[in-house]
Amino acid sequence: MTTLKIPTPLRPYADGKSNIKVQGQNVDEVLQKTIQEHPNLRKHLYDDSGELRPFVNLFLNEDNIRQLQGVETKLDEEDILKIIPSIAGGQAAI
Amino acid sequence: MTKEQDTLPDLSNEEIHRYSRHLLIPDVGLEGQKKLKAASVLVVGTGGLGSPVLLYLAAAGVGRIGIVDYDTVDFTNLQRQVIHGESRLGDLKTDSARDRMLDINPEIQVDVYSDPLTSENAFEVAEPYDMIIDGTDNFPTRYLINDLSVLTGKPNVYGSIFRFDGQASVFNADGGPCYRCIFPEPPPPGLVPSCAEGGVLGVLPGTIGSIQATEALKLILGIGENLSGKLLLYDALDASFEFVNLEKNPDCKVCSDHPEITELIDYEEFCGMPAHDHEEGTAGEKWDITASQLEEKLKNGEDIRLIDVREPHEQEISNIEGSELIPMGEVASRMSELDTADEIVLYCKSGTRSTRALEILASAGFRKVKNLKGGINAWARDVKEDMPIY
Repeated sequence: MTTLKIPTPLRPYADGKSNIKVQGQNVDEVLQKTIQEHPNLRKHLYDDSGELRPFVNLFLNEDNIRQLQGVETKLDEEDILKIIPSIAGGQAAI
Repeated sequence: MTKEQDTLPDLSNEEIHRYSRHLLIPDVGLEGQKKLKAASVLVVGTGGLGSPVLLYLAAAGVGRIGIVDYDTVDFTNLQRQVIHGESRLGDLKTDSARDRMLDINPEIQVDVYSDPLTSENAFEVAEPYDMIIDGTDNFPTRYLINDLSVLTGKPNVYGSIFRFDGQASVFNADGGPCYRCIFPEPPPPGLVPSCAEGGVLGVLPGTIGSIQATEALKLILGIGENLSGKLLLYDALDASFEFVNLEKNPDCKVCSDHPEITELIDYEEFCGMPAHDHEEGTAGEKWDITASQLEEKLKNGEDIRLIDVREPHEQEISNIEGSELIPMGEVASRMSELDTADEIVLYCKSGTRSTRALEILASAGFRKVKNLKGGINAWARDVKEDMPIY
């Protein structure tokens, strides 16, 4: 199974999990299964038209899937798929 | 980046003594130390990241350091912004930082810019410097720094933090990618929580800021392999450092061969959020209720459902009696627990998350819902004075 690593900012939408093991042939399948399991993640990964949001960076091991075959990129059992978040840091009041 | 040897400044005997531990490293040596003296670096932000960056660049003898920050030293800064101290509360951060840096090393020149960095002043501010270090806390300024770096050809030493996670890289150096190549646009406001919502481990910016300072020194000295083309991901909880490869985006809007952005733009508009947001969260007059108005209604015995949209661990810090907890991330899925007929008041720490929760409820047809303007911190300030503000 592929390991999907969830970054800290998205963990509240994935029941607090940092790693999710998912069976899937390619990136799209893994993501679809993940959002079925954790529906609150959907709006953080996909826009209203079902496209992966441009600020969502997915890396298969060390490489950006944009430089591979995008969401069609095939996955192996031992692969680690990482979501790299856009984080701003800092102290603005919320 | 590195300067020619024959144009480098001399070091005084006192400077040679001061920097002796650098001079002993063959990769630095006398020539390297002169390069540091000849170098100029602009650091944007004197907060968590800027603190270690400024302290170490000053100590290392970087000859000219510009610091940009419009803010003043606040009590909640001291948990991580180690360049400032309690004696400087209320002072401009730039003044506090400059004084500390010159105390460490009076040999250097420190320039202060106590206005926000904007598209209007950015070229002028950055002009004297060889590189820019991004120690900011918000997306509009990050995109501004990136575009400024590309348009002026100066490297951008990047760092960012969230809770226990940190990122660092060097953008726009050695033909490598820029920030926009990786993050073409920011998340919409509210989709990814900010640092203040999530908090940050005080020492984390120390780790990431120190890496930024190291990368800046390596760029000046022209030694080692810098983080250009790589993103460092630090997870303090796992004690793990991971790297991913970053490539230049051939369609990047600012650094590709056919850029769409050829001058600085309106970054607040681009990001859909303010760069300098210290305002209390407000949902607009129609949807807001002030702490005093809420107190009045509760005193009058009005039937109000108080919904706290913070996280459970925040409820332990302060809590309005009788409220129910529905964390922001669960509002959409737990909406069925609420009734559109109820008078509902939503609150969080300072009103931003509750405004987002209100938008979710309003778009689902809730009309009798209000946002506590300024959040529980306003309640603590205006109504219940013995309640802590956090």
